[in-house]
Amino acid sequence: MAYQIVEGCVNCWACAPLCPRQAIYEAKPHFLIHSVLCTECAGEHPDPQCASICPIEGVILDSLGVPLNPPGSLTGIPPERLAAARAEIQAR
Amino acid sequence: MELKVSDHSGSAPAIAGGCSASGCGSSGDALAHLPEHIRAKVHNHPCYSEEAHHHYARMHVAVAPACNIQCHYCNRKYDCANESRPGVVSEVLTPDQAVKKVIAVAAHIPQMTVLGIAGPGDPLANPARTLETFRQLTEKAPDIKLCVSTNGLALPDCVDALCTHNIDHVTITINCVDPDVGAKIYPWIFWQGRRIKGRKGVAILIEQQQKGLEMLVARGVLVKVNSVLIPGVNDEHLKEVSRVVKSKGAFLHNVMPLIAEPEHGTFFGVMGQRGPTHDELQTLQDACAGDMNMMRHCRQCRADAVGMLGEDRGHEFTLEKIETMDIDYGRAMEERRQVHAAIEANREAQRKKSGETFISITALKARRRETPPALIAVATKGGGVINQHFGHAAEFLIYEANDQDVRFIGHRKVDLYCSGGETCGDAQTALAKTIQALSGCVAVLCSKIGYEPWGALEAAGIAPNGEHAMEPIEDAVAAVYRELAASGSLERATPAPLRMRA
Repeated sequence: MAYQIVEGCVNCWACAPLCPRQAIYEAKPHFLIHSVLCTECAGEHPDPQCASICPIEGVILDSLGVPLNPPGSLTGIPPERLAAARAEIQAR
Repeated sequence: MELKVSDHSGSAPAIAGGCSASGCGSSGDALAHLPEHIRAKVHNHPCYSEEAHHHYARMHVAVAPACNIQCHYCNRKYDCANESRPGVVSEVLTPDQAVKKVIAVAAHIPQMTVLGIAGPGDPLANPARTLETFRQLTEKAPDIKLCVSTNGLALPDCVDALCTHNIDHVTITINCVDPDVGAKIYPWIFWQGRRIKGRKGVAILIEQQQKGLEMLVARGVLVKVNSVLIPGVNDEHLKEVSRVVKSKGAFLHNVMPLIAEPEHGTFFGVMGQRGPTHDELQTLQDACAGDMNMMRHCRQCRADAVGMLGEDRGHEFTLEKIETMDIDYGRAMEERRQVHAAIEANREAQRKKSGETFISITALKARRRETPPALIAVATKGGGVINQHFGHAAEFLIYEANDQDVRFIGHRKVDLYCSGGETCGDAQTALAKTIQALSGCVAVLCSKIGYEPWGALEAAGIAPNGEHAMEPIEDAVAAVYRELAASGSLERATPAPLRMRA
């Protein structure tokens, strides 16, 4: 049972000092979670701390690979709207 | 004395630079009514005193990447060398690297009087990194003023620590005092271990901001309030914000236009929220001005900006470059002291000059009482005079002239972050964009102007004028206003308002 940080992390440092197990460490190209140390905050916090402050959708996954902050959940931008805006910019 | 200053050319005094209206003289210093001890604090602070920003430089160090809230005008993924707006940086520094950079900049740009920490996240969401930077600078560079800019959520917890480090200027971004308005601006905050969404989170944010403001004022710290003007969201509400923050003791209110483009990837950008027009911004600033000192010269800097407002010399001070610089700060401080003395002598001379200007404007008032006010754009590169070629201007200063006065009301950038043209298929030429940026102005004053832009400006109803080269700005603006008024050309309708851009 451990979370993981994947590509897309912007290295903003917000999560690292919050981790009750000091399981998050600086690495290249982005921060990582130590899979042995991470307890998913069980018994320590009602919400996992890293995923509660992370500003980027889809970069912290649970042990099944499911994002804790799915697309649209943090910015409020509907994913299809974002895709349309990107397509429009690409087409310019 | 050898001055190591920015790359001025021409006959402007070496100590002038950056944005450079001779400033606020004709309308009187906007901060003139403030108590002496406050004026002394902001006297050489480019971000707090409009008059000072013609003479002194600032820098931000990006030591604070984490944030504890999300704003709809911010995209935390943005890291771009070519874009200039808050929250954008090229590299995040450790406190040690930041201190080294500050020392290097202070030695090379002696007009730099102010170091601010403004992000790219929220400085007080990174208290250890922010405070360590301040601690070292208080010790190593005591002649630099230290400032911090925050969203206010963690402010009450940090006030005592900030006071320990001698921070006497704090900027709080307050976009609302009503959670229902705020719910359209802030999707969530991180508070006591939880992400709190919507109105409930905003209510906590507002409470913390107001508490932090009160605590700072009680400790004698100068507080500026920044607000982002978002048409249809908080435009009317900002008048209330202005009243509330003034009543609690904030001394300056800076209403800035929303910057939102789809390519920024922000909520507002993607969802098509527009920014305000120049007119809307000015109207709101004027409406708030009855209650509050308004700031109009903000350039909405990056969180790692270096130099005079409106310029960025950050590329001269990358980590790699500062590594090779060997600086004796004791010596640099002495040189800085001398440069500041020279700047003050120059300011004193300008103050005398603006006194003369005031007389000429008074004469103007007596002559014509019924002409409508007009906006006049000015191209300048320093020294408070008209000394820039039309085609070289990256921004124009905008003055409003009426029968009684000439006042600085803002700037308009013409080097848009995306220059369009051939590279992205935008059909507009650079000239067309410049003319669009000058929309609403009746004239543009510059040192010289080419044949082609001359014709295009005239066609657009903007009178080009190169007759006042090297003259003090306010004098020239007053003279041109008088000529236009006499010729009757001020009766014409002004063009449609232009939406502001980054």
